[in-house]
Amino acid sequence: MYTFSKKLKTISIALMIIGALGVVYGFMTSHKSFDEVETMLAEEASHHGGGHGEDVAHAAPSHDEHASEDAHAEGGHADTVDEHTKHVEHVQHQIANRPWSAVYVAAFFFFMIALGVLAFYAIQFAAQAGWSPVLFRVMEGITAYVLPGALIVLAIAVASHFLGHNSIFVWMNENMTNPEHQDYDKLVAGKSSFLNLPWFIIRGLIFIAGWSLYRHFARKFSIAQDNADVNDNSNFKKSFRIAAGFLVFYIYTESMMSWDWIMSVDPHWFSTLFGWYVFASMFVSGITVIALITMYLKSKDLLPFVNDSHLHDLAKFMFAISIFWTYLWFSQFMLIWYSNIPEEVTYFVTRFADYKLPFLGMVVMNFVFPLLVLMNSDYKRIPWFVVMAGIVILCGHYIDVFNMIMPATVGDRWFIGIPEIGAIMLFAGLFIFVVFTALTKAPLLAKGNPFIKESEHFHY
Amino acid sequence: MEASKVIHAIYTDDDVLMSAVKKVKSEKHHIEEIYTPFPVHGLDKAMGLEPTRIAIASFIYGCIGLTVAIVMMNFIMIEDWPQNIGGKPSFSYLENMPAFVPIMFELTVFFAAHLMVITFYLRSRMWPFKKAENPDPRTTDDHFLMEIAVHGNEQELESLLKETGAVEVNLVDKEEAH
Repeated sequence: MYTFSKKLKTISIALMIIGALGVVYGFMTSHKSFDEVETMLAEEASHHGGGHGEDVAHAAPSHDEHASEDAHAEGGHADTVDEHTKHVEHVQHQIANRPWSAVYVAAFFFFMIALGVLAFYAIQFAAQAGWSPVLFRVMEGITAYVLPGALIVLAIAVASHFLGHNSIFVWMNENMTNPEHQDYDKLVAGKSSFLNLPWFIIRGLIFIAGWSLYRHFARKFSIAQDNADVNDNSNFKKSFRIAAGFLVFYIYTESMMSWDWIMSVDPHWFSTLFGWYVFASMFVSGITVIALITMYLKSKDLLPFVNDSHLHDLAKFMFAISIFWTYLWFSQFMLIWYSNIPEEVTYFVTRFADYKLPFLGMVVMNFVFPLLVLMNSDYKRIPWFVVMAGIVILCGHYIDVFNMIMPATVGDRWFIGIPEIGAIMLFAGLFIFVVFTALTKAPLLAKGNPFIKESEHFHY
Repeated sequence: MEASKVIHAIYTDDDVLMSAVKKVKSEKHHIEEIYTPFPVHGLDKAMGLEPTRIAIASFIYGCIGLTVAIVMMNFIMIEDWPQNIGGKPSFSYLENMPAFVPIMFELTVFFAAHLMVITFYLRSRMWPFKKAENPDPRTTDDHFLMEIAVHGNEQELESLLKETGAVEVNLVDKEEAH
């Protein structure tokens, strides 16, 4: 049995406390008065400015989608003073949205790791894989975070409506579906039969219930299989059946979850392969975390049955799914770039205009780096090499989530500063705490699995 | 230098063959070649063959394919007959690059795969109209053949090979050096 080492526990609690302080600091400093924002904008304009001092004209191209919609709705010949007030208020909102988005991005990132691992785990059962059973307890430990992680993400989404002022999801504003109100938005109103708060919460709870049920029973059967007679594989068979069922449920709900929890931050925009794109991101992050935790436990001599062929296979998955992610990222980009339809292309225009570094940087981190570092077969067996690649991949996919959420909520007012890093530390601490506590609950070798001998002798 | 006489030891089981190879290697005899009806996992390591370098060749071929795609698309779509791609008549390679990425990808894979196969055939000395080197047709069915060069030690080798479970041990003259 594994015991959660004191040192690691202290680190995780310290991360949570420091992170929480960062998050609180983010919320406390995000409420700027109208005058403060106005002065700030004027200063920025004079810094960049030179020729074009009018900050309205300056900021117009970098507006996010609904802001420019608002501006159009005025009919084009609105008062300049009114435009100016609108713009300052808009920036004021973006600044207020930042701590919400920072917490949401980090919460989603760590939740997505756990969900990706859950899918990977189910695939191992459905495919009756012979190489991986020695890693099952590590995967089961990580998937313990699915339930708390998902509930936190949903709670933040809902709280952003009730406590914040629809800080993450603009469509949660009821006025957008009210034709009488000045915030009325025809497209959001058209989608309101799907995108409305009660149905959003119910859907979220259904997804979470389904994932958690699978995780609960898969874990239960895995433990029961350990304690069963050698010739009794009934628990393994049950686990196989629920894994197959879960994978069907998962691919539908994962896709819908990605529309709900991510894509709807830009309620005018949609992409039909968005679910796959998010899936690739969570899958590669999940596999990377399996590799990292496996290497950590192996370095403590807790997994003597894991050999470097297992590590090699995990690294191959990291390499392959990184390329799969790039394939989807590029497919989404190229089709929209090619057709050049204004309402679609605005998504990438914002990212190229205001997010050039994170947007292109993430392609380097998630594609070029793993491609070059993990291509060589021998390097996939060297732990420190895989750790290095893994850390870059994880940072890259954090930025991926960042790029999905931030442009819609904070526009060009983004930065990876105290609120963002605080939120990462908070959820990293929670993740480590939950995962390693779950690892202590069962032996680290799923000894009852019928494929365990094959897995222990696995060599490539 | 090619030996003029070789011993052919024939086995009927891949596990017996594997242990025989280890035995022969531990007695410091040089195994010329082994003919098997199917790939035997780990045989190359047991024989002490050098690891393959085909991965490096493949990487180089991929780079060549990528370069060909870039140069070719630049010539066809930008220089020779400038095209208006996706309603963006910029006539700049860089700005139209997303449209060429699928071609870059495909040609990288195409070059890597085809040239790698061709390299593999040539390295294995297999080309059209080549006479098969296989010394015994049974190795294409269910027998495994180990070929060992003889340097005046046939007695010792024969008894060693019999001991390792060979069903047949033949001393043959090698027809020609290949």
